[in-house]
Amino acid sequence: MKHTLVALMEDRPGVLSRVISLFRRRNFNIESITVGHTETPDISRMTLVVDGSKPLVEQVTKQLYKVINVRKVSDVTEDPTVDRELALIKVSAKPATRTEIMQIVEIFRAKVVDVAATSLTVEVTGPEDKIESLISMLRTFGIKEIVRTGKVSMVRGSIATRETTGAGTSNGTGNASN
Amino acid sequence: MKLNGARIIAQSLVEEGVKVIFGIPGGTITPFYDVLPEYPIHHVLVRHEQGAAHMADGFGRASRDVGVCCATSGPGALNLVPGIAAAYLDSSPMVAITANVPFDQIGKDSFQECDITGITLPITKHSYLVERVQDLPRVMKEAFYLARTGRPGPILVDVPKDVLLAETVFAYPKTVHIPGYSPTVQGNVGQIKRAAALIDGAKHPVIIAGQGVLISHAEQELKALVETTGIPLITTLLGIGCFPESHPLSFGLLGLHGMAYANYAVHESDLIVAIGMRFDDRVTGKVEEFAPNAKIVHIDIDPAEIGKNVRVTVPIVGDVKNVLERLNQEIISSEHVEWVDQLKAWRVKHPATEVRKSEKLLPQYPIKAIYDVTQGEAIVVADVGQHQMWAAQLYWYNEPSTFITSGGMGTMGFALPAAIGVKMAKPDKEVWVVIGDGGMQMNIQELATAVQEGVDIKIALINNFCLGMVRQLQDLFYEKRFVATPLSGPDWMKLADAYGIKGFRATRQEEVRGIIEEARRVKGPVLLEFQVETAENVYPMVVPGRSLGEVMVG
Repeated sequence: MKHTLVALMEDRPGVLSRVISLFRRRNFNIESITVGHTETPDISRMTLVVDGSKPLVEQVTKQLYKVINVRKVSDVTEDPTVDRELALIKVSAKPATRTEIMQIVEIFRAKVVDVAATSLTVEVTGPEDKIESLISMLRTFGIKEIVRTGKVSMVRGSIATRETTGAGTSNGTGNASN
Repeated sequence: MKLNGARIIAQSLVEEGVKVIFGIPGGTITPFYDVLPEYPIHHVLVRHEQGAAHMADGFGRASRDVGVCCATSGPGALNLVPGIAAAYLDSSPMVAITANVPFDQIGKDSFQECDITGITLPITKHSYLVERVQDLPRVMKEAFYLARTGRPGPILVDVPKDVLLAETVFAYPKTVHIPGYSPTVQGNVGQIKRAAALIDGAKHPVIIAGQGVLISHAEQELKALVETTGIPLITTLLGIGCFPESHPLSFGLLGLHGMAYANYAVHESDLIVAIGMRFDDRVTGKVEEFAPNAKIVHIDIDPAEIGKNVRVTVPIVGDVKNVLERLNQEIISSEHVEWVDQLKAWRVKHPATEVRKSEKLLPQYPIKAIYDVTQGEAIVVADVGQHQMWAAQLYWYNEPSTFITSGGMGTMGFALPAAIGVKMAKPDKEVWVVIGDGGMQMNIQELATAVQEGVDIKIALINNFCLGMVRQLQDLFYEKRFVATPLSGPDWMKLADAYGIKGFRATRQEEVRGIIEEARRVKGPVLLEFQVETAENVYPMVVPGRSLGEVMVG
């Protein structure tokens, strides 16, 4: 089953490559990754979609925690979330088909963001299944190019996904206290 | 006080109590070597960086503190890689310092430039590429802290040459603040109580103890657990020495070449208490059929180890010593006479510590003879292969960290350099290297280092003129097609002579004890060559893809 993980990590050089290297080394198959800034400076947020069993997803989570620069990992699959993905779709459009395409775009509450002699570029935002169905509708007209951002997720309600504070400080002697 | 980056590194080493480092200079790291004589740190000049990493690893394992190695940029740093990987797989505390080309030349394919932080990503616990000299004191503090706490491991600190030369005000931090790192030390009390209940109710329990017991210094707590519960104890390869093997409840080693009785016991058990070990494939055999009737209590400081390879009934994340202290308060006194008698019966049927009778000089013979002559008091540093397994099987190790070997990575060529580090960490202990003719030829250059440092190690070269463990696989599973396993080597006595050390050779059983005794009387490194039978296999053996219960006893 597909799991959505949200990971908060330090926004500094090399952190992304640590995480990617981990997936490759541990043979984890990741469906999509998106990374971007957050409300906290120096913290970036990664949304991961992993297709696999529960033990596998648990391993991914635990291994992510072992990366020193990773601050928090949560599996939000079971939580009520707002899930969004953005896609740009360049679709072939002749004068005869243009109106029909634009009607479909309208129904999906998508937008035409570029018009050319033989094509339209459509921007669509929404959950994955909405994007999938728009793409399948447009496929009959001939799709020239697609770019998708991958999924981002946020848990609904007023509680925010934040790192727990206070951890990680020590007197630095390394004597079994930590 | 303003110091340059090179002095900051050296001063940080002093602050961390480092007295010896292993390395070899090169272009970019020269600023560090230039200032090193100003500090009370003994530098061991190795002959190849791989040797430096294994020495630091050996030093770390024997002292149970951080070993330090250093190398120059490019090829120097790359040569550390096998040593860092061996340390990583065996959770050995290490700090590896490498120089790199000046920061603005990184990425330009500069002379002797390599992306060592990138290359070592999957084989380090953490790594740093230091961009600014101001960060160096914090990075050094964090590196040592990370190396020695939680699950220990190697930390790489890569320092561009311009950072070595740049100056800043030096103050060594007293604390570390690493928000993404806080190992769980205390075990969850509810889980510990659940484990205690399973222990109290078990009919055929076994304890499997690994290196985590040694890392955590939990030998006493383990002994208390075993003696209170009367549960037989089995170790992993790296757990050897965490519990006295002469103890009546000690039942040897499990896994691929573990004792038959240990494997039967684990296979037949109804409860496994796994302590500071990670269910490596060499331990479990066919994992789907591992201990089919057993519930498993797994104690480890690394949460990612729990549930990674086997299903676990009661996971306990925490420091072994801490968890066992608490667990010992919960368990009730008990014994398992019938079950232990069953193990003893298996042991009588398949004894492990005997060398088969033969007219010829079998490879096991000198290994056993070293044990007899040293009365089991020496530290044994074993390389990788058949001799390693015999050194594990034929010896009874009674003290912590007296058997040191590359377990997880199985790096041939480990033992000679590692033993140099071990001896420097434990100068009062007698140190024996048990090594094959294959492994000896992989880091043979470190003989010069041993001679230069006057390190008193005895090297027992078990010369079977082949790559024995691979030959064994060919013998058993490849219809005796011995492809690329027969091996030639130098005249070892002439080689010893060339390095200026004493060499002894035995070709017959009668000569073995004599040369061991003679070697012990020599101060400094000694090479003993035992020319042994080639066609000898290690048993017991769990055939790949089979369960522990199907162990071949030979």
